[in-house]
Amino acid sequence: MSTIFLLAILLLGFLITFQIAKASEYVSVLKGEQKTFEQNNRINGFLFFAFLVLGLVGVYWCNELFKDRILPDAASEHGVKIDRMLYITIIITGIVFIITQILLFWFAYKYQYSEKRTAFYYPHNNRLEVIWTVVPAIALTVLVGFGLYYWYQITGDAPENAQVVEVTGKQFNWIYRYAGKDKVFGKKYYRNIDDGKNNLLGLIWEDKAAQDDIVQSGGELYVVQNKPVKLVINSRDVIHDVGLAHFRMKMDAVPGTPTTMWFTPLYTSAEMKAKTNNPDFEYEISCDQMCGKSHYSMRGVIKVVSQDEFNLWMAKQKANYAQIQEANAPATGADSTKAATAATDIPVRSIALKGK
Amino acid sequence: MSNETVIHSLPDTASTHDIEPDGHHGHHKESFITKYIFSQDHKMICKQFLITGMIWAIIGGLFSVLFRLQLGYPDQTFPFLEDFLGKWAKGGRIEPEFYYALVTMHGTILVFFVLTQGLSGTFANFLIPLQVGARDMASPFMNMLSYWFFFASSVVLLSSMFIETGPASGGWTSYPPLSALGDASLGSNTGMDLWLIGMALFVVSSLLGGLNYIATILNMRTKGMSMTRVPLTIWAIFFTAILGVLSFPVLLSGFILLLFDRHAGTSFYLSDIYIGSTFKALPNEGGSAILYQHLFWFLGHPEVYIIILPAMGLVSEVMSVNARKPIFGYMAMVGSLFAITVLAFLVWAHHMFVSGLNPFLGSVFVLLTLLIAVPSAIKVFNWLTTLWRGNLRFTPGMLFAIGFVSMFISGGLTGIFLGNSTIDLHLHDTYFVVAHFHIVMGVSAFFGMFAGIYHWFPKMFGRYLNNTMAYIHFWVTLAGAYLIFWPMHYEGLAGMPRRYYDFSPWVSFNNFQGLNRFISIVSIIVFAVQLLFVFNFFYSVFKGRKVKTQNPWGANTLEWTTPINPGHGNWVGEIPEVHRWAYDYGKEGREFVPQTEPVGANEQKH
Repeated sequence: MSTIFLLAILLLGFLITFQIAKASEYVSVLKGEQKTFEQNNRINGFLFFAFLVLGLVGVYWCNELFKDRILPDAASEHGVKIDRMLYITIIITGIVFIITQILLFWFAYKYQYSEKRTAFYYPHNNRLEVIWTVVPAIALTVLVGFGLYYWYQITGDAPENAQVVEVTGKQFNWIYRYAGKDKVFGKKYYRNIDDGKNNLLGLIWEDKAAQDDIVQSGGELYVVQNKPVKLVINSRDVIHDVGLAHFRMKMDAVPGTPTTMWFTPLYTSAEMKAKTNNPDFEYEISCDQMCGKSHYSMRGVIKVVSQDEFNLWMAKQKANYAQIQEANAPATGADSTKAATAATDIPVRSIALKGK
Repeated sequence: MSNETVIHSLPDTASTHDIEPDGHHGHHKESFITKYIFSQDHKMICKQFLITGMIWAIIGGLFSVLFRLQLGYPDQTFPFLEDFLGKWAKGGRIEPEFYYALVTMHGTILVFFVLTQGLSGTFANFLIPLQVGARDMASPFMNMLSYWFFFASSVVLLSSMFIETGPASGGWTSYPPLSALGDASLGSNTGMDLWLIGMALFVVSSLLGGLNYIATILNMRTKGMSMTRVPLTIWAIFFTAILGVLSFPVLLSGFILLLFDRHAGTSFYLSDIYIGSTFKALPNEGGSAILYQHLFWFLGHPEVYIIILPAMGLVSEVMSVNARKPIFGYMAMVGSLFAITVLAFLVWAHHMFVSGLNPFLGSVFVLLTLLIAVPSAIKVFNWLTTLWRGNLRFTPGMLFAIGFVSMFISGGLTGIFLGNSTIDLHLHDTYFVVAHFHIVMGVSAFFGMFAGIYHWFPKMFGRYLNNTMAYIHFWVTLAGAYLIFWPMHYEGLAGMPRRYYDFSPWVSFNNFQGLNRFISIVSIIVFAVQLLFVFNFFYSVFKGRKVKTQNPWGANTLEWTTPINPGHGNWVGEIPEVHRWAYDYGKEGREFVPQTEPVGANEQKH
């Protein structure tokens, strides 16, 4: 009902606009084209001026409205640099924006048609053109210089003491892998992946280094405050992207081509809750590369904790291999498969195939 | 090929009579089909491109209204959506798969079908022969094919919207593996094949058109029309065509490899993939998903200049005519168009800063990308100086030309953020990008196109558009475009990712719901006003005020020396000779001096 009502109003609006438009055309013919033209020109000239004033007020107002909702304190060292770069760019482009927009709309208003004015024949001026080639070139050199200076710091090699965590994207969640006690990631091969057998990454169990690897799916990624963390990023299916808005970092997860990024978290999750005055605050991992129908809900969480908290947490985690052994133990011990299904969520068939 | 040979190579019905349109020359037997459907007259082909482009623009715009409904009102249902979309909007809420299909189609339609062929196809076809002084294109037959390939590709793309698995839904960039694997996404089944076939036909159309434009501009200028005397519209279209001819084939190669990966079991883009929904590891190894991105963006980036350069040309011409003043720095304008064309080929990887690209390579692309800001700045300052001390007539075309400059400044400056890889780390694939490219290439290019349509409508149809509706159209669109896209920068700075169906599960991004609703409402209003324009267009084609003088805007260029309703062949009798550049406005006390007027003995050279 309301849809029909809305459509009716729209149609009516169209009709009225059309009638007014037609009527004003007749009026203009009656009044004389020159006179109508001058009148319209004055109205449009004034509107340009009004648009300039309202526009600048609007820009200011928009900023007042939203400035507190953007960019909460950058939570990584890289983020601080990126924010600084961002503000340098905002200032330089902001000045250019305001000057050029004022000139544009002011000229439109000031030089609107008048019978008395004749346009100034001014086809070119080499000096002016050199000025506005050189000045932007210098400004941009400054921006490129700053940008690349930070870029090389951010994309350079991670420090020796960095904690390395592997993050793998899949439709539609994240899998995290810690290297375990030996601090070496075990070998893996994608054809070994078997969701049914809880081998989400296709680890090769014959490799000793793989046996203590801790693999977690969909949960929280734990990292340590003030300690560099290097993420080795993979994908199991399509391209995803590890987007970390609060750390200001982003890197694609490409199947078959591992990528890396590193950063140093500055505040623990608890500290950020206090800083942002938001008890629900979490460092979220958002997928920033279109990856399918549930792309918008591919959410992960990073917990930044102190070293002690991290050690405590890590001590409680079980290796992927151990989990599988445990799940299989009752299956081989008990006579009936019933017990096995009760003990784990793993489908019966895959346990029967396991045979160990 | 000279003009004469072209004229003689036309079907004989066209050859004699059209040079003298009142032609009582006997064989005046143009059928409906040769005149309106399989026409070889560049002016009719222009109208075909324009109207097809307008239909696509309405469809593409409507799609954006539909997905804005979802973004603005994620918690509400709209039963009428189910009436229209059936299973794709069960219970009145758009399904995620279809949301992504809408986003993909919106991008594909507007980037390619509206702002590439709708814009270039229309104005290249219309203005090249008329402004360089030619009877028609170098190959009218190829020109006709260009339109009909475009039409065929339109039919294929349109048909993909009605199949069971839905149209392609991997974004307008269609990155594999998502676009290669039907198991990974519903839209990557038949919809993706139709998308690829449609785009392949589109590339053919674009190449046929582009080669023709280049050939015509280089070979068929009238006597005296040296390259330094052609209007900036022609220069802009010339560079656009070169960009298209050199980059579209690369895109096509990328698509063909993708088709092989989809159907022939090759592994160009695929490696190490395990599909969770089918519990299957694919046999493909050794491919690189990044290869596609290189091939895609090698066109994809020039593509944005293919969109914006014609708009720049149209704006330069319309602005100069209505400021009654020469365009400032003609040679600098040509030089900056050239610089943009060259740089356009050297910056594609700035779309891939976070794809794992070598950081050193990234830094080269940062430098080259920010270099583009220099020619862009030259153009902006030249437009400003063109307005300075002019005598501005605010015709609807002129309003859109000024609006274009405002939009181009706003959108161009945010490009300096995104081109700097350091900042791109944070802003990549957020709403900041959405705001940036919609302002700088979407809205700006539309403004250029509108400026062109309002300015040349009298030449196309012999009638004027209604001014009152035009003014409403301009002011609502200008204000609306800023209201929609300006606040999006803030969402982007907060890190809000693009292509999200619903933000409510996110702690970091859910505090913009009110703003999203506001943007949705404004976009519906702006869309309604575009419909007003479409109405104005079709109404005025038939009922508009008639043009009574040959040169209603007092312009210098050659198209205004043709009859009010030029026939096939454009000029009655000889093609006029050209004696000067196109921009002698306000020179030595004269309001305008047409290009056909010989340079006086005492006249100062510009």
